[in-house]
Amino acid sequence: MTTTPTRTPPSAAADGARQTPSKPLPRPELKSLTAPYWEAAKRHELVMQRCTACAGWIFYPREQCPVCFSQKLEWAPVSGRGRVYTFTIVHQPAHPGFQGETPYTYAIVQLDEGVRVPTNIVECAPEDVRVDMPVVAVFDDVSVEWTLVKFKPA
Amino acid sequence: MSFRGKTAIVGIGETAHKRSWPNRSALGLAAEAAAEAINDAGLRREDIDGLISISMSFLPQRVAEYVGIRPTGFAAGVGMNGATPGAAITIAAALLDEGVCNYILFVNGNARDPANPGSFTGAPGEAGGSTRPDFISEFVSPYGPAIAANTNYALLYTRHMYKYGTKPEQLARISVNQRFNAGPNPLAALRDPMTVDDVLNSRYVNYPLHILECVMPCAGGIAFIMTTAERARLLRRPPVYVLGAAVAQGFDNSWLTPDICQTATAFSAPAAYRMAGYGPKDFQFAEFYDCYTILHATTLEDAGICAKGEIGPFFESTDTTFKGSFPINTDGGQLSCGQFIAGSSGTQHVTEAVRQIRGMAGERQVARHDLCVVNVNGGSPSQEATMVLGSANAL
Repeated sequence: MTTTPTRTPPSAAADGARQTPSKPLPRPELKSLTAPYWEAAKRHELVMQRCTACAGWIFYPREQCPVCFSQKLEWAPVSGRGRVYTFTIVHQPAHPGFQGETPYTYAIVQLDEGVRVPTNIVECAPEDVRVDMPVVAVFDDVSVEWTLVKFKPA
Repeated sequence: MSFRGKTAIVGIGETAHKRSWPNRSALGLAAEAAAEAINDAGLRREDIDGLISISMSFLPQRVAEYVGIRPTGFAAGVGMNGATPGAAITIAAALLDEGVCNYILFVNGNARDPANPGSFTGAPGEAGGSTRPDFISEFVSPYGPAIAANTNYALLYTRHMYKYGTKPEQLARISVNQRFNAGPNPLAALRDPMTVDDVLNSRYVNYPLHILECVMPCAGGIAFIMTTAERARLLRRPPVYVLGAAVAQGFDNSWLTPDICQTATAFSAPAAYRMAGYGPKDFQFAEFYDCYTILHATTLEDAGICAKGEIGPFFESTDTTFKGSFPINTDGGQLSCGQFIAGSSGTQHVTEAVRQIRGMAGERQVARHDLCVVNVNGGSPSQEATMVLGSANAL
């Protein structure tokens, strides 16, 4: 037990060198709602919320279907395949944790199931990313607790 | 049922746009603009019985008290980001037409005094997302979006280039033409001429957005006053009539829009035109929100100023300077004046339309100035408001 408060984030302290700010990890408003998504990601599986009444896919996760207002929603596996709907190459990130990685690709991927998700395109130089390019999900274990879903060229 | 021509804008106030106003407060600058608008209209502060300010940053009770007005007929804080003045005009026109109150003031201010962090009204939340956990902090921030509002506008830009073949050298003309317009505007923060190459050679904030296609946040105060058409005709300035006004709400996350290339202006503009009885071919000039070139471009398309997807060729073939065939953003727009953030950034499009319609825009006065279309945008992009404003000749 320590009595000395520290302002150093744990990951930077472990580096012992420059105090690079950590990247933000997901901060859910309602953990019970989205836990199935993050638990699946940790198993390197992609699941999406689906309405059992109208069969529509939903993202981001909600308590009620925005199409038919049903509250009977389930989590179901998706293909993990899709296409780049649009993208931007970030030179000036909002969060200082990303400073060392610029330029990188922030994208919206439209899954074959029709839903769109914010993500990064990896294993592809930013200048080679194209709208409508086929992509497939990859899983980035960014911490013990969290796995982010990114996409690479299919 | 329509309030077409039943109300008018009768007073405007606008301070210089500056990167910061040291030793001034947001309320102080707002009060200065409010006083200017009241004087401009030839009213006394006791006449103002209605107030619309900003719910996000500038609550009506504090504004009324500080400025020294008693809005006992109506008061509300409206929060539609940059589209707030458009929502305010729509609400005010309906209320005035119903006789709820007589004179409504809209006012906002921002100081951005570096020595006083509290003077940055309406500053966005934590970098890369909100301070409170929400959808953004869970599913967006971990993937590293760009600073400020740049991400979603860049997503629109990339898709627009893909879908319609729009080129950055075409959209760069927006920044260039508006900078020409800012030349004779003493209120603008940026007035030095620039070229298409200057824009294309400026650094990327995030591809495809060059920094000279993005607004610079600025500070100042801005205000306008509305009243009924009958009262307006007794005041000192030529009335600027509200011929049509409409507000449309789009998605909060614009990339969830079925077609990201369509803004809510596709709904607000036709509604405003139906009320006014005028359409795109009738307008003599336009004042369109311009936080980014791509937002300006897309809303001009959605308002029918050119066909959908044709904004690139439109800017190649149209002189949009105040001397040109179809002047747009005749004061230099936000891209040259600097953006009054905190919910009032669309207000300069209203005040400039008023100056031009009155024929009081000085060196940058446009030749034909009886009928103008104004569009203001909030979010990135989310909500839009479109207004048709005109002189007595357009009634």
